[in-house]
Amino acid sequence: MTAISLKSLTISYGGIPAVHDVSLEIGDGESFALVGESGSGKSTVLRAIAGLAPEWSGEISVLGAPRGHGPDRAFARTCQMVFQDPYGSLHPRKTVDSVLSEPLVVHGISERSGRVSEALEMVGLGQEFRFRFPHQLSGGQRQRVAIARALMLKPRIMLLDEPTSALDVSVQAEILNLLKRLRRDQGLTYLMVTHNLPVVAFMCDRMAVMNAGRVVETAPSSALRTGDFSDPYARHLYAASGGDEIAPKDGQ
Amino acid sequence: MTPLLEIDNLRVSFPTTQGRIEVVKGVSFTLGRERLGIVGESGSGKSMTGRAILRLIRSPGEVTAERMMFDGTDLLSRSERAMRPLRGARMSMIMQDPKFSLNPVMTVGAQIAEAVRAHETVPRRALANRVREMLEAVRINDPDRVARMYPHEVSGGMGQRVMIAMMLIPRPDLLIADEPTSALDVSVQAQVLDLIDELIVNNGMGLLLISHDLNLVARYCDRILVMNSGEVVESCAAADLHAATHPYTRGLLAAIPKINETRDVLPVLDRSAWSGT
Repeated sequence: MTAISLKSLTISYGGIPAVHDVSLEIGDGESFALVGESGSGKSTVLRAIAGLAPEWSGEISVLGAPRGHGPDRAFARTCQMVFQDPYGSLHPRKTVDSVLSEPLVVHGISERSGRVSEALEMVGLGQEFRFRFPHQLSGGQRQRVAIARALMLKPRIMLLDEPTSALDVSVQAEILNLLKRLRRDQGLTYLMVTHNLPVVAFMCDRMAVMNAGRVVETAPSSALRTGDFSDPYARHLYAASGGDEIAPKDGQ
Repeated sequence: MTPLLEIDNLRVSFPTTQGRIEVVKGVSFTLGRERLGIVGESGSGKSMTGRAILRLIRSPGEVTAERMMFDGTDLLSRSERAMRPLRGARMSMIMQDPKFSLNPVMTVGAQIAEAVRAHETVPRRALANRVREMLEAVRINDPDRVARMYPHEVSGGMGQRVMIAMMLIPRPDLLIADEPTSALDVSVQAQVLDLIDELIVNNGMGLLLISHDLNLVARYCDRILVMNSGEVVESCAAADLHAATHPYTRGLLAAIPKINETRDVLPVLDRSAWSGT
């Protein structure tokens, strides 16, 4: 079964197309990466799926159901997004508790208290964090709260927009481990946007390389170990990410 | 030969409601005409060290040191007015993000020219030539056209090259680069660093490269200082980074995913292993 299916998706901002004719099939339970440089349109694809870039044509279907152009409550229960910057994506005047309760209120779900404490536990935050404000948390803790918020409605698909690029490497390792464990425990499907190929090697099964609004190559992430890319741009990106240097280091 | 920069027991502190907090706690190093990297995570004090050298830390921040010598002159005893001929002309700093560091209402060419005019009197035509040469040196193809552009009209990578041009045109002896490429894409990163490297080596300058990226610093520097919570925890030759012994450095190295990753779980720093915090 496919979790996300995109067919000739073209996305525009103010009439100017940013993404051209993207078609992708992401399987249920798969971890898929969209990689590319700034301006390649990778985040735009994610935003269109989430409903944040409504100017698109083509077809988006999620778990078999076609997605409309507007906000969609039923869709929100199956598919949630985590943003890049944990400093910007949490409301500064709301406590962790109210941030996490909000999706439950919107969807009229009861037993909020129990589900909030369950979510905190899932992302490895103690109950003492429950009534704190974002400014009382470190960057890594904030990103854990943002992940917990995305998990509140028990979605099956997570859209991750550079979830660790604003974090230090040691914190990045903690968040990547957390995302990996959550996916295994909850059977989630990930669609992750990143420019960091080593993160893809650690987290993902397959990847699509984007350049100038088009998908130039789709490859299994094992290609990162062998450097087996056919498109010249994908090879260039791989080399720039230190791909060419692996061989001598391994030999040591 | 005296080293270009000698720092002994540098301390930077800021007042908080709980009293003064030291963010740099006694950092000492010397820098010749070589490339020295400072790595550390957010809050390790690496940027504050760089700023303290240029005396850019404003009150209520406080800088103290036993010794802070730049090419035989004492930086600590200089007045604010006496610092001005040094800043930019003899030692300059490349900031992280061209979007926030370039003046949005001045053309690129005028900003680069201003960097020269602040320190020397140069005839207008000679100045225009120097700006053009410098833009060519940072590999901008059409320097005359780019010189007339405003910062919002250039890309991030080009903006960073403009900033490098601006910092190098007064021909300084010491360049402090504070995360010069972290706002850039990976493929542009390499170009910008190769360029800095080439200009440093050709002009016999000293470079202090401040970054959170261990591999990047290892690739572009001769020596590395690893900082954690205001202290230098390890100092080694760049080539020996992979043989680092301090648990913090080892932890950082292990936490970075590799492009040929096969580990199932990334090791996480045990923050209790090397300090009480």
